[in-house]
Order: sequence, then structure tokens, then C-alpha cells
Amino acid sequence: MRVALFLTCVNDTLYPDTGRAVVKLLTRLGVDVDFPMAQTCCGQAHYNTGYRREAEPLARHFSDVFGEYDAIVTPSGSCGAMVRELYPRMGERARAEGRGDTLAVTLAPVVPKTYELTEFLVDVLGVTDVGAYYPHKVTYHPTCHGLRGLGLGERPLRLLQAVKGLELVELPGADECCGFGGTFALKNPDVSAAMGADKVRNAESTGAEVLCAADNSCLMHIGGTMTRLRTGIRPVHIAEILASTEEEPAV
Amino acid sequence: MSGTYLGMPAFADAAREAVGNTTLRGNLRHATHTIRAKRAKAVTEVSDWAELREAGKRIKDHTLRHLDRYLVRLEESVTAAGGVVHWAADADEANEIVTQLVKMTGETEVVKVKSMATQEIGLNEALEAEGIHAYETDLAELIVQLGKDRPSHILVPAIHRNRGEIRDIFAREMSEWGRPAPEGLTDSPAELAEAARLHLREKFLRAKVGISGANFMVAETGTLVVVESEGNGRMCLTLPETLISVVGIEKIVPTWQDLEVFLQTLPRSSTAERMNPYTSTWTGTTDQDGPGAFHLVLLDNGRTDTLADEVGRQALRCIRCSACLNVCPVYERAGGHAYGSVYPGPIGAILSPQLRGTGSEIDASLPYASSLCGACYEVCPVAIDIPEVLVHLRERVVQGGEVTREGNKVVLRPAKGHAAERAAMRAARWAFTHAGALRTGQRVASRTRRFHPRTLPGPGRAWSGTRDLPPVPAEPFRDWWQRTRGGKDGDR
Repeated sequence: MRVALFLTCVNDTLYPDTGRAVVKLLTRLGVDVDFPMAQTCCGQAHYNTGYRREAEPLARHFSDVFGEYDAIVTPSGSCGAMVRELYPRMGERARAEGRGDTLAVTLAPVVPKTYELTEFLVDVLGVTDVGAYYPHKVTYHPTCHGLRGLGLGERPLRLLQAVKGLELVELPGADECCGFGGTFALKNPDVSAAMGADKVRNAESTGAEVLCAADNSCLMHIGGTMTRLRTGIRPVHIAEILASTEEEPAV
Repeated sequence: MSGTYLGMPAFADAAREAVGNTTLRGNLRHATHTIRAKRAKAVTEVSDWAELREAGKRIKDHTLRHLDRYLVRLEESVTAAGGVVHWAADADEANEIVTQLVKMTGETEVVKVKSMATQEIGLNEALEAEGIHAYETDLAELIVQLGKDRPSHILVPAIHRNRGEIRDIFAREMSEWGRPAPEGLTDSPAELAEAARLHLREKFLRAKVGISGANFMVAETGTLVVVESEGNGRMCLTLPETLISVVGIEKIVPTWQDLEVFLQTLPRSSTAERMNPYTSTWTGTTDQDGPGAFHLVLLDNGRTDTLADEVGRQALRCIRCSACLNVCPVYERAGGHAYGSVYPGPIGAILSPQLRGTGSEIDASLPYASSLCGACYEVCPVAIDIPEVLVHLRERVVQGGEVTREGNKVVLRPAKGHAAERAAMRAARWAFTHAGALRTGQRVASRTRRFHPRTLPGPGRAWSGTRDLPPVPAEPFRDWWQRTRGGKDGDR
């Protein structure tokens, strides 16, 4: 099986540690993962802000870069949902606008092959115990597009529950949005910040050291709020927890 | 829609005020979380909820697809049952029709059943301008009317008020409108309800004209249905001599059997009740029982234009249950007034810019009043994909394009104020289709990282006013991958 890592533009630029963690984790599980250098961005920010026509070349580019692989793994619920939910919709819209089937046909192959990381681990590799060690108290925030878009369900929790040394505590109001929402964070900063502060206070109330999620975009907002509010809790991507072992523990 | 809302600031500005109002935040948080939890429980009790949701969606889609046919059928049925049907293309026409109908009775007072359609057209204000007093009889609408306030929720219009505020409004205002509040009124729910009951009883017994909306209209029989939980609706529907109902054209269902679905999904979704307390149905007029004259005003007011849009038309499936408001994290913090419309919350954010168009500042900002978290879609009992329509309307705002307004195809120009964003999106699209350009940008960011500020000036404050910026790493992932051959040459 030829497996490609679609890291996402945000992770590539700002969170390379998450990318390294995915590579380390998948390699440990016997997967030879490739990182196609031509990859850039799925187009989610364009699409969701109303620039669908600007997102189309990015989707075509994604399809060009990843089309030949058997599986495309991404450590981002929202970018995964962009490909799986919204690429088909982009194709349909182009068709409805009388622009033919070209876009739909171009994008179709990558849609079923794209997996969010925890889906790939649980559904494709069939593992929940990835042999990780992480001796910390952790609470998990299921990000909206992972939860309601992709339907990740219990997968991330099952993976975390199997991590040695990890104490998992429930996050109150877990399924409520953190308030990031892409350009929403800039267009409605006051509501976004209020949602972020509530999320951080809920996380703090658990007594956890770490708030874990499967999407660094949300964690960027939550983490930025945490440091601004001077809380002791910190944001960590689930890949970094799952990659951590007794031999090479993550901090 | 209602003139009351003209000149509203754009959503983000209006929301800023609400976010800073701690009383309002507390009231909304308490109320929405309570209803949210109750609804979730009421829905899990029904084993075939998913099927009911799908059935509701299909009935509505079918009816909307053949709306022309069902409207004519409804008119025939209502007329045959002794009612008179009027057609109103917009708010002004509807207000004019209702005003003339009331004037013909010679009355200067009407009692009202809670109705979103009459709120939408600003009927109370239009009647007042002609010297006709309209009295709201739903408890929450009464609170709003007495408080010279605006509704902030579809189902719970006074959700932004707490008991203490309601007591003050009753004690202060009731005497201006009729029977005063009892002396020494406290904020106990029973006392407040009793004060409202006494105040309203006088109105019910005196009024000769009742005005309502309807939750459903059954095409096959010409029957109208009002679903309410206080009994005030039934008073207004049965006691007056003349009944005038103003109903949006999308409220039709083909048959009585279709009601079976919605009378299960609506109460559970809205008030979390297993069965609705007062479900009133009436078909035209009946000799010596109930109103002797019945008028149905069928309201378009942007609905046909909305129906013309392939993506946006699903908003017309809405049965006004408010479940989407109660789960929305944005509504919970911004409050209903920020939406500048009688339709707040997620459904309002897709309904108002379609019914009114995206021309005003507030309407152009509503499609952005969402983080696209999807909670609204999940709870919607007729499966309206609100995030899909929000994004579709964002496109309409920033890219313009063909829309239907007043029955005509027009081409909208992109809205003003998005030029910088559009340029940034184009530049990003260029960089993202040229991996080399992206890489150069990443490297510049990494190499200058020691000079990056923790906060940003100007528009960047929208982020860094409340959140620290993430530190830029020493090298982007792609450089590490290339340098170490994917970690094969060592992790560091």
C-alpha cells in the first residue's frame, strides 16, 4: 500500500513537530509513508470563506499530487472533511453551473482514499493500542469537523485510552465548538474569543495538564487563548501523544 | 421585513456589545443549555427519529417542488370551507390587506397569536400607524411588547430576560396597556403567569378580531394548524368574530397524514415536549361556532425568490422549531438581537439574507455569523444543511453572481469591503498552486522568526487582541523531510 502524508499547509508551516510525530508513529506501525513535496493546501479556507472558484485550482492540485497513492493520511479533521465532504460538492456545483463533469471526475479518486489520522489507525491499520507512552493527565476536545463532518466518533478516545501512563479526563461541553472556525476567528473576533475562553475554562476545570485534539488549527486558537489567559494547561496534537514512547517520550 | 430592524449594525459589531453584557450572557447560557439538554433527551426517546427527520425533509421538498399546485389546491379548499384567500407578494401588500380587513370590521383592537410571519412583515407597527392596537397574547411576546423590546428567539422571544427583569416590566408597563399588575408582584413564575393571565383575559373577552399565523396549512382540506403551549392561541382562534391568518406560502403540507410526522418532530425539537399541549386546527368557518369570518393572507415576501435557488431553497423546509438556536455557540454568546431580524440564530443567518437579499450591511454579514461547527445541521428536524447554505451565501456576498429578486434574474456585483480579502485569497491561491512559492514564504517566515511580534497591529488585532500568535518553527516540515529524508537520516 502506497501511503501519502497530507500534512496540511498549517502543519507544514507552523507545526512541523506534528508532521514528524505522524511519520514516527506510522513508521513504528510498519507503514512506509511518503510526503509528496508538491503538496500545498486543500483549499478549505478559500471554500469556507466563499471563494469556491479560487479553491478549485487547489483541489485539482491536491488531486494531481495525491491521485496515485492508495491512501492519503492527514492529521487534520477539518482538512480531511474538506476533501471527503466538500470536494464532491465542488464537483456537483461545477456540474450544476453547466461546466461539465471535468472537476467532479478529477476530484473523485482522492475522496474515498483520504483518511484522518485516527481513522487510518483504527479502520485501515486496525490498531487502537499503538504502543505509546505518555505519563500525563489529558483531556480531549473533539473538533467539530472531525466530530460532525467525518464522524470520528470514539476512535480518538479509544486510541488515547490505550496509551500507557495516560490519564484521560472528560472535558465538560466537549462537543461545543472552540470558536476558531477559520476566518470566523477574524471576522467575528469577540464571539470567537468568548467561545475560546469558555473552552479553555472548561479544560482547566478538569485539572488536566494537556488538552489534546486532532486538529492544530483549533489548537492554535485554543493554545493562543491559553497562554493569553496564563493557564497552566497546554495544547498537544494527538499524533504527538501517540508517537511518544518510553524510549523516546514526548515532553 | 420589519422596519424595526433597518439600520442595524453588521453582525460582528452588534455581537461585541452582547458578548460584553454579563447578565445577557448568563440568561442566554442558562436558557439555551437547559432547552438543549431537554431536547436531546426527548429525541433519544424516539427510536425512529432518523426516519422521521428524513420523512419531514421529503414531505417538505415534495411540497416545495410542487408548490404552485398545492397553493391553488389550498385556495380551493379554504374557499370551499367558507374562508377568503388573499395573496400578498410582499410585506407592504400583506400589511395593507390586513389593515383593510380590520378596518372593515370597524374595530380598533386586535388580539394576536404568536406568529413569526406577522413579526416578519412588521404588522403591529403597520396597524398602529392606522390607529389599530394589536395585543400580543403569548406570554413571552407580551413581555417583549410591554418592554418595548424586540424578540431575540423564535420560540422564546424573551429568552434574553430573567425573572427579575420581567417582574419590573409587568409592574411598570401593564397599567399602560390595560389591567395593571397586582400590587406587590414578585418574580415567582406562578405570580408572573397569574399577572399575565389576568391582564390578557380582559383582552380575549373584549376583542372582536383575532390575528394569527399558522404552523401548517393542509392543502387537501384547507385546514390551518397552530401549535402552542399556553392556550392563548386557542382563545384568539375561537373567541373573536373575525379571524385573519397571515401565513408564509411554504407552510403547506399536502395531507393530514403528513402532519403525523411534524407533530412528532416539532414539539420534541422545540420545547422538548413529547406531545404538544394545544394543537388547534380549523377549516374555514362553522355556523354558530368560532369566528364567522375567516381570511387567509398567503405571504410570499421573498419566498419564491428563495425557492429559485438550488442550494438555498432548503431553508424553506424550516418549521421554526428553534433547535438550531438552542445548540448554536454563536447565538448563545451574541444573542438574538445581533442578527438584526425576527429570525435569529443559524436559521436566521440563512433565511434573512435570502428573504431580504444581501444588499444591506447586516444581511451581507449574517452568512459569516457562524464557525461552521455543524451543530445546527445535526439537530435540525428537517435536515437543513445550514453550513452548506451559509457557505453558499458567503459566495454570493464575495463573488456576486446570478440571483432571483422579485421574480427576476439579476446579476449581483460582489459586495463592497471585501477587496483586500479577495486579493489575499487570490495571492494564497497562487502560492498554493506553486509549491516553490509556498516554500520560499515558509523559509522567510522561519528565518525572520526572532523578529516576529507576539501581537499584531491594525486588522491583525482581530486575532492577537485575545490570542497569542503561534511561534514560527526554525524550519517548515518540508525542509526537515528533505534534509533527513523523512527521518531516515535521524530525527533531528
